[in-house]
Amino acid sequence: MSRQTSRLDAKKVNSELFTLTYGALVTQLIKDVDNVDDVNKQLERMGYNIGVRLIEDFLARSGSGKCYDFRDTSEKIQLATRMYLGVSPTISNWSPSGDEFSLVMDSNPITDFVELPDSHMGLKYSNMLLGVIRGSCEMVQLEVSCWFAQDQLKGDNTTEIRVKLLRKLEDSVPAGED
Amino acid sequence: MNNSSFGACPAKTSILDRSLSKGKGEVSLSAFALLFSEVVQYCQTKVYTVPELQKKLHEIGLDVGSRIVDLYFVRDKNCKRETKLLNILLFIKTTVWKNLFGREADKLEHANDDERTYYIIEKNALVNSFVSVPRDKSSLNCAIFTAGIVEAILTSCNFPAKVSAHWHQGTTYMIKFDESVTSRDQQLEER
Repeated sequence: MSRQTSRLDAKKVNSELFTLTYGALVTQLIKDVDNVDDVNKQLERMGYNIGVRLIEDFLARSGSGKCYDFRDTSEKIQLATRMYLGVSPTISNWSPSGDEFSLVMDSNPITDFVELPDSHMGLKYSNMLLGVIRGSCEMVQLEVSCWFAQDQLKGDNTTEIRVKLLRKLEDSVPAGED
Repeated sequence: MNNSSFGACPAKTSILDRSLSKGKGEVSLSAFALLFSEVVQYCQTKVYTVPELQKKLHEIGLDVGSRIVDLYFVRDKNCKRETKLLNILLFIKTTVWKNLFGREADKLEHANDDERTYYIIEKNALVNSFVSVPRDKSSLNCAIFTAGIVEAILTSCNFPAKVSAHWHQGTTYMIKFDESVTSRDQQLEER
């Protein structure tokens, strides 16, 4: 029996366990590191580590092939968000040159029970998501930069992540080999 | 929390004004497993020995557990507080486990020799699904995170206890209650 596109069964976990674990991690980071900017950087770095491994899981489960342009990439990011976080974001606000878009999420599962206190307004709570996008794109030879255009925790209506393609990374032959 | 409409700033709706979600949302196991691996790796950078790592993971579990108590009691128990020892243990084995991990824990046992000790046993802990422990750190069981969750639930419900995780029949959580809990429970039984 040959399987053309095998879709591995995606086991699911209660999103509250995920939300609370993420919250406990952020709390621990804030306790250990006083500076809010350092916490943001740590979260982004952890997200990058996750993204680097998540992309393989994504490619295995979705069986998708190469992206032909950045629009394909945006659709794959949308699909991945649906697969991993259980929410369906929308893609919008394409830049005229086609290298920048917005991922708009009405509900963000990792901020389900979260309220930002006034003393930590500089905290980018969902910064890990930006790291995940950056890490997974880098593994498929795309250097992207992401940032939050809107954040529900800071009073906006939706959470909007802006993703910009910086350049395509070329595979370079290690020095000494030819 | 100030919701007055005097002054120029608009009233901020606090998170408590929103209605409680049903808790049926799901994320994929890979996402949780990768997040948990980052948590463990972060804790590893902060400690020097395996017992310290266990303690750190346990603390993170305490954080999670203390937030679950109110949530599950309001949702599933209709805000009715548990006062009997066996009932709270059954609540943890069934409701808490089902909500967190999608299935009930396998066994709940009472120790033969010590009336303050109970065991919750499960064959495959969800948090350990993708964890491989190196041989030189074989005493590390990342289910200590779940043990922290259970301990926080028990302590918040006024059943002070210490919970630890062990490699036995899969994963065994050893729950050791305070003297005060068992004597109070005995008094309740005698009435």
